[in-house]
Amino acid sequence: MKEDIFEPKIIAFMCNWCAYGAADLAGVSRMEYPPNIRPIRVMCSATISPHHILRAFQSGADAVLVGG
Amino acid sequence: MITFKLNGKKVQGEEGDYILQVAEKYGVEIPTLCHHKALEPAGMCRLCTVELYDGRRTRFVTACNYPIWEGMEVKTDTETVHDGRKLIVELLLARCPDVPIIKKLADQYGIEEPRFTKEDETCILCGLCVRVCERMGNSAISLTGRGVDMKVDTPFHVQTDVCMGCGACASVCPTGHITIDKIRANISKYDLEPIPSEYDMGLVGRKPIYVPYAQAVPNTPVIDRDRCIHFKTGGCKICTEFCGVNAIDHSQQDEIVELDVGAIIIAPGSKTFDPAVHDTFGYKKHPNIVTSLEFERILSASGPYGGHLVRPSDHKEPEKIAWLQCIGSRDEHLGSQGYCSGVCCTYAVKEAILAKEHSSGDLDAAIFYIDIRTYGKDFERYYNQAKDEAGVRFVKSKITNVTPVDGTGRHLIRYVDETGKKIDEEFDIVVLSVGLMATEEGTELAQRLGVDLDHYNFASTSSFTPVESSKPGIYVCGAFEAPKDIPTSVVDASAAAGVVGSRLSEARWTHTKTKHIPDEIDVREEAPRVGVFVCRCGTNIAGVVDVPAVVEFAKGLPGVVHVEENMFSCSQDTQENMTVVIKAHKLNRVVVASCTPKTHEPLFQETLINAGINKYLFEMANIRNQCSWVHKNDPDAATEKSKDMVRMAVAKATLFEPLEEATMPITHAALVIGGGVAGMEAAKNMSSQGYRTYLIEKTEVLGGQARHLHETWRGEDVQQYLTTLIDEVQSDNNIEIFLNSRITQVEGFVGNFKTTIQNGSKSNVLEHGVTIIASGASELKPDEYLYGQDSRVVTGLELQKRFIENDPALGQLKTAAFVQCVGSRNPERPYCSKVCCTQSIKSALKLKEINPEMNVFILYRDMRPFGLREDIYRKARSGGIVFIRYDFDKDLAVSVEQEDLQVTFSDKVLGRQMKINPDLLILASAIVPDAENPLAQLYKVPQNQDSFFAEAHVKLRPVDFSTDGVFVCGLAHAPKPIDESITQAQAASSRAVTVLAMENIKLGGIICHISPELCSGCLGCINVCPFGAITFDYEKLVAEVNPALCKGCGACAAACPSEAPILMGFNNNQLYAQIKGALSV
Repeated sequence: MKEDIFEPKIIAFMCNWCAYGAADLAGVSRMEYPPNIRPIRVMCSATISPHHILRAFQSGADAVLVGG
Repeated sequence: MITFKLNGKKVQGEEGDYILQVAEKYGVEIPTLCHHKALEPAGMCRLCTVELYDGRRTRFVTACNYPIWEGMEVKTDTETVHDGRKLIVELLLARCPDVPIIKKLADQYGIEEPRFTKEDETCILCGLCVRVCERMGNSAISLTGRGVDMKVDTPFHVQTDVCMGCGACASVCPTGHITIDKIRANISKYDLEPIPSEYDMGLVGRKPIYVPYAQAVPNTPVIDRDRCIHFKTGGCKICTEFCGVNAIDHSQQDEIVELDVGAIIIAPGSKTFDPAVHDTFGYKKHPNIVTSLEFERILSASGPYGGHLVRPSDHKEPEKIAWLQCIGSRDEHLGSQGYCSGVCCTYAVKEAILAKEHSSGDLDAAIFYIDIRTYGKDFERYYNQAKDEAGVRFVKSKITNVTPVDGTGRHLIRYVDETGKKIDEEFDIVVLSVGLMATEEGTELAQRLGVDLDHYNFASTSSFTPVESSKPGIYVCGAFEAPKDIPTSVVDASAAAGVVGSRLSEARWTHTKTKHIPDEIDVREEAPRVGVFVCRCGTNIAGVVDVPAVVEFAKGLPGVVHVEENMFSCSQDTQENMTVVIKAHKLNRVVVASCTPKTHEPLFQETLINAGINKYLFEMANIRNQCSWVHKNDPDAATEKSKDMVRMAVAKATLFEPLEEATMPITHAALVIGGGVAGMEAAKNMSSQGYRTYLIEKTEVLGGQARHLHETWRGEDVQQYLTTLIDEVQSDNNIEIFLNSRITQVEGFVGNFKTTIQNGSKSNVLEHGVTIIASGASELKPDEYLYGQDSRVVTGLELQKRFIENDPALGQLKTAAFVQCVGSRNPERPYCSKVCCTQSIKSALKLKEINPEMNVFILYRDMRPFGLREDIYRKARSGGIVFIRYDFDKDLAVSVEQEDLQVTFSDKVLGRQMKINPDLLILASAIVPDAENPLAQLYKVPQNQDSFFAEAHVKLRPVDFSTDGVFVCGLAHAPKPIDESITQAQAASSRAVTVLAMENIKLGGIICHISPELCSGCLGCINVCPFGAITFDYEKLVAEVNPALCKGCGACAAACPSEAPILMGFNNNQLYAQIKGALSV
């Protein structure tokens, strides 16, 4: 990533059954989006607790996305 | 191997390689114009000139066609080379001053203006086109003339029939000198048309080698034998040189495979009506008249316009779109079909809603219809939503003609509305809602198999055996039998499988082989030894991501002991190699960086099993779908992201523990709730597949609603069928019937249910593996229109009963009137009861048959005799039955005037009040479910807003509940005619047998485990568990997970304040490791 522009790192928790599948489909459909997301597959967005979100911020994430 | 020096570095190449090939391999860039990987090099453009030192002197050679030799020294980027190339570019620029690629080169070499006289050429005479044409096996063009007169041309400069218009020359031409238009105008004698893309309905073209569509399974390109030049001339085969894994074999032939089978299911489907055949409304002549399927592609994000709603003619956003219904359906004119296609109303509603959503402006969406037939489950609600919320206009009308409005791309639709008024309106896009029809291939297949077809070439079936063809052993499903939507086709498919299963139950397991699984190595005490396999996926990943860099990166990650790069990690040879590698390196964790776990995880897990390690010691990094494919224009960032994703996967994998999949034995018995047609058919099917079946009926008799039905719409005797079915069920030793019984308690889960039934004072506990709910629905007893007060007012079923009893009084009637939608499609019950229109038509015909002098009126809102039922509607209309569309918004009233019944209503067409004085008034009354059905609570299954049971997925799982092991069929699911209830029952039993056929149920490894030491007994998890999988142990005061019910969502883990529940395979530490992996720099 270019150094002169702020490029956020985004932790994306994605539900295996919907958001993760949708992200796969975005690829299959050759859509494009910025490369700032680091996807983490989870079995349901309900499994994401504030702990995970806070841990992501503590570890240096600029944003957290929960897709479910 | 030949070793030589390239720019001072030692490099190696194969004997016979050219300098350019070796340079490419080592990433040394040499500019070319006339080079093509698949063609013999010609050294025409001279741009690839390099400096060669042969030990004695320095020379200049063209890299593309100079073979390498031992000890030579090549320099590609010296000043002299640069100057030489600059001169070549300058000369080319003088010849072709306006060609973009030359201008770009000139820029690179710092040339602003050539010093030589400028010409006005676009061809650089590189000869690529001539060489590729020869390769195509054609040689239609060559370099003609000499010196300054040299040019690319056909013999004698005339159009030729040798040129097949393949366009290869245009595709390789570096300057754009050759175009398809030029070929069309000057070279080929043939008519050149792009190959229409089947998937995009011909709105765009495709190549002879293509992936049918992005989501195709398998997602593999195919070669169109009819279009591929190789199959015409024997030449080309260029694709084989680009395929890195030699996967292309042009010599493949069709094979005849013989299979021994006990039954055949044919599902050749239908096609859509083609409006081009009889030039319907000028379709094909005008690009803005499209079929509904073409419009689907226009709306689709993967369609030709990327989901941007535009007119095909000029790609402008439309302001007005019209849908014309019943194109090719409900019409007996030439080329059209007399039946209703059954799907078009709902899809037009859907397209109109989507179009409005896609439109940036205030799109006017108008649907021109005869009747809106949204008779399917929840479809009426959708229609109301379109009308009332989305603002879609519904215009009941007759279209007179559609004419183009000059120069605007618009079309003028001239129509007559319901009141007879002539109206003109212009639209930007006209969508023809085309119907479904039988295919020639299906018809031909049926004839070959000796399967009878009806007069529309759909398979002939009986309402009582809806998936059986006329020929024993051959079964049918889907739109081959009649026009059908997706849910109905899917139900059909399961039903056909179920019926075949019942006929072939003796053959079950006779052709199966048991796979040998190696013993699992216990790796729990071992330190992590992670193996990483990075997939190139051909160019899918490697074309964007720097795969070698990712491999190097992975080698440095903690715990990693082996990393390798694969061309295709999923290919069979790689899988076998992976098994060897896992064993050889004693790997105990495996990471594959490739595509998505959603499609490929099971495959790699299988490899782990074959290598003797637990399949849950596996993790994927999705560097294709979620990286290379979506960041194709940012290779550097994609490579960085891939590295992060591999680091995340490795970090998680090192924390993996082997997981166990517990097994639980299955009770091989079924419980069917409801003794109607659906329940009995389901019981019969499961019994004949060899499973003990309990059939529970709450009343004292079997038969359900069918007891009141006289004939099906086709005229088949329902009572006769019912008597036989009851006999069969009663005499079946495998079926145990419980009449007058109610369910009081349910315990257990898929494979192991315990249901308590109460019969008077007696109670029984039944153990069963699956449950089918066929609890039915009933006819509404109306509280309006003098029903119950005047004996001349009856319901539809009550009239049926009189037919069954051969009531002589019916012959004396002078006037009979039917009122449709009594209790249906109203604010209280905003659904269509689906069967009443057909039943009223059928009854009206019967009354006419009994007494041809009788006046019969049917007062309706939309007549909905869907599918092939349209035939009897047409028959009724021509048979003198009077259909009157009444205004639902104005009151329809029934009164008694001087002892005569009087129906007063407002006629929609005439727009005035009408009166009918019938001797018999039949109320086509709604089908109503049991609102307080205790089964919903007992089996934890949902109901929709109308209190019908809600299936797991309308299309994908139409007879399943989301609760495993519980299925639904018949009227309990939605209003439906008897044939659909039977199909659904067979489908539900087929689905149930997929559970019963197993010896044990494997419980997934990814489930929650509540650690009793950490559990404080707060019960929080029990409240959040959507599957009721957690119970509380009041002795130990801790919550416990039932592994058979847990689906591994992890909601409990998030809710627990003490972090007591652990989701196996996705525990907190593993997620934290992934987070850390993602963010460590």
